[in-house]
Amino acid sequence: MTRDLDAVFSALADPTRRAILARLALGEATVMELAEPFEMSQPAVSRHLKVLETAGLITRRVNGTKRPCRLAPEAIAEIDQWLNWMREALAKNYDRLDEVLAGMDQEKGKEKP
Amino acid sequence: MSRLTLKTEGDTHVVVTRRFAAPPQAVFRAHTETQLIQKWMLGPDGWTMPVCINEPKPGGKIRYEWSDGKGGGFYLTGEFISLEPFRRIVHVERMHLPDPTPDNHVETVFEPDGEGTLMTMRMTLPDAETRSAMLATGMEHGMEASYQRLEETLKATGQSG
Repeated sequence: MTRDLDAVFSALADPTRRAILARLALGEATVMELAEPFEMSQPAVSRHLKVLETAGLITRRVNGTKRPCRLAPEAIAEIDQWLNWMREALAKNYDRLDEVLAGMDQEKGKEKP
Repeated sequence: MSRLTLKTEGDTHVVVTRRFAAPPQAVFRAHTETQLIQKWMLGPDGWTMPVCINEPKPGGKIRYEWSDGKGGGFYLTGEFISLEPFRRIVHVERMHLPDPTPDNHVETVFEPDGEGTLMTMRMTLPDAETRSAMLATGMEHGMEASYQRLEETLKATGQSG
């Protein structure tokens, strides 16, 4: 358990690996597809992927000679959580706005042009 | 009662819609008058907006600063591009975390909907990478917060497992 957590922490500590996770948030990708935007060699990308895989943040499958990667369900849950957080924050904002608007409506009678 | 929708559209858009009981004029004012903005644009419970600058005219400045009351916070800056009173607002904005994020182009439309208003906020990011980075920045923050909480919890429950 402790070792897994350490792996997750150190995997997330690197900005390139976070960027790779961001790219995989868009969908499955091969090493070649990942190497291109990051201007990195494929072995360098492979090393990062190994770290992410060990931490359980991505999974890889075999497709002929390729091993495309995708976010692990746990990482996807984190993204869903963030979208939910954003939805919740916005929903709270607009619930408050409903009250502000109701207040404006009551003031209308008192307002002078 | 979930009246809010938030979804991605195409490669570069995020679209939010929401209905309000009040007419467009009131909803528009609540988006352009600082005393009103500071009452609702606050995010999660416990946050406040101590600084709110909003100059609703083309080229006018926007600056919102949020605080969690515990020393944490961030701010947003932007400029208005065009305003059609009570109907439409177009502006650009960027978050400072503290490095500025790429410009987010936002069109907010207020349409009459019965006696109320249908608001559609359409965000356009410069490219697909920026949009995924925006969502990923949030993911990153969310993950960081989750793991920090986890770390605290582990510390509190008496060290390593």
